[in-house]
Amino acid sequence: MQQSSVTGEVAIMRSGVPLIQMRGITKAFGAVQALRGADLKLWPNEVLGLVGDNAAGKSTLMKTLTGVHHLDSGEIFFEGRPVVFRSPRDSRACGIEMIYQNLALAQNLDVVANVFLGREQTWSPIPGLPLKWLDERRMETGTRHLLEQLRINITSVRTNVERMSGGQQQAVAIARAVAFQARVVIMDEPTASLAVKEVGKVLDLIKHLRHTGVSVILISHRLQDVFTVADRIMVFRSGQTVADKMVSEITMDEVVKHIVGAPAQELSALASGR
Amino acid sequence: MTAGEFPIRSLPLWRQRVQRWRTSLSWTRLGLFGVIILMIIVFSLVNPNFYSAVNMRNVSRQIAILGIASCGQTMVILSGGFDLSVGMAVGFISVVSSLVMSDYGLWPGMLSGLATGLGVGLVNGFMVAKARLPPFIATLATFSAARGLALIISGGLPITDMPPEFSFLGAGQILTLPLPAVIAALVFIGCAVIMKKTRFGRYVYAIGGNEEAALYSGVPVTRCKLRVWALHGLLVGLAAVVLTSRAVSGHATLGEGLELESIAATVIGGTALGRGRGGIFNTFLGVLAMGLLTNGLNLLNVSTYYQMVLIGIIIAGAVYVDQARHRQS
Repeated sequence: MQQSSVTGEVAIMRSGVPLIQMRGITKAFGAVQALRGADLKLWPNEVLGLVGDNAAGKSTLMKTLTGVHHLDSGEIFFEGRPVVFRSPRDSRACGIEMIYQNLALAQNLDVVANVFLGREQTWSPIPGLPLKWLDERRMETGTRHLLEQLRINITSVRTNVERMSGGQQQAVAIARAVAFQARVVIMDEPTASLAVKEVGKVLDLIKHLRHTGVSVILISHRLQDVFTVADRIMVFRSGQTVADKMVSEITMDEVVKHIVGAPAQELSALASGR
Repeated sequence: MTAGEFPIRSLPLWRQRVQRWRTSLSWTRLGLFGVIILMIIVFSLVNPNFYSAVNMRNVSRQIAILGIASCGQTMVILSGGFDLSVGMAVGFISVVSSLVMSDYGLWPGMLSGLATGLGVGLVNGFMVAKARLPPFIATLATFSAARGLALIISGGLPITDMPPEFSFLGAGQILTLPLPAVIAALVFIGCAVIMKKTRFGRYVYAIGGNEEAALYSGVPVTRCKLRVWALHGLLVGLAAVVLTSRAVSGHATLGEGLELESIAATVIGGTALGRGRGGIFNTFLGVLAMGLLTNGLNLLNVSTYYQMVLIGIIIAGAVYVDQARHRQS
């Protein structure tokens, strides 16, 4: 696709097989056609910004990718192999993790419990019996180690998540997502409910993830965030992909135009109104 | 590059533990503890009989059944549900197990009681976890059905022709400790271990805290909910069998009001409805507080009617204090 005017480094990682390819995805909820032949490509070591108006189908597309929704038609390829995800467990087995907006964490549990939720480590107090106890010490060490690797500084990994700031919670959610060899992390509006000074830290964390070899799909309404961290931007409208450009090839105004689907004249009127 | 640097001081490990312990000092661990000690002092001063071994044994015997039922209720509440059917289920189980006992003997009778409890729990669990009925509706339905079934089976009459050795369960002693209290203590310890130490317990908390997050994290939510309701049902069965033994008869109205009492004990202990906060130890304190209060007021000849009013006030007050504390933090 847009391989012409990119830097050498990016051009190299864009050759070969994409990490994820979604082709012609459709999905309807009753009479509502949420996805009408959506396409998506994600390359290794890439931050892809996925933007679009409310109800454009971004989250639905991501939920078909993680197996929360089952697609009506279309194909998903992971490293070139066709895959079918029936549940989040399946997609997770491929290393695809999603951080859901506002429901990523159990507020009543501490950082350790959240990071290991669904994947608790256990030990047998009495060998030979199927009785298994949570290995709190090992999980706590693992959590500390993980946070250190991601350079997330959290006072106590035994603090309940509800006592932490929005940015800290997002950091925990991200740590949780990459804890088990994630290849792809999908983030749904990770900066939407954050204080301004925390947004930059989450964005830094996203950059750091790419550094460690994780690809990120970033769904966001905040175009400035997308332009800060993303390599490529995909615009979504009415359940379809309407634009797919490298960040260097597109301006914020053009993205807005694609999002609202308005002709240029109307858009300039919109822009002057701001 | 300082990626994701959230500028918070890193505390040494021991300070973290202290801090963690302090944050867990909710109103229960300090406030309720204080209230319990205060009650003991006041009641002992007013009536010297209160602080006697005999009376304490009585208290433990009286709160044993409430304790067993409240353990199950607490686990269900931690998972985001609650059970209105406990009292009527106890009546139903009591009738079934005493009828089986009069026909087939001691052990089949007691086991059928446990099995019936498990069955009632599974029915509730199926309605809540699989059919996705709100717990209020599901257990209200069970409440009505269990009551009807109990009256149909028993004809509304008490069943008394049970083996004499059955009375040991409710009236017996182990090392001078009342057997029901020993059973309740074992149930409390067992449940506390399950909730704190096992994956299942962790999942119950996670579901209560954020069911959707738990689901997306790969927690088998439906299966966990079914299991917690089944375990609760088993404990209700146990409570029913012990209560039947204490009453030396099976009756459809046995255990009436136990649903509200067990919810009250749980809530007074500081377990929040529908937020996955609290625990078995909290409920132990809640049950103890309710038992001591009832016993102390009985010794002072305060009528049961006034006690009911007082318990109502305490429930509202306890939850208010708990919420106020959480709003502060």
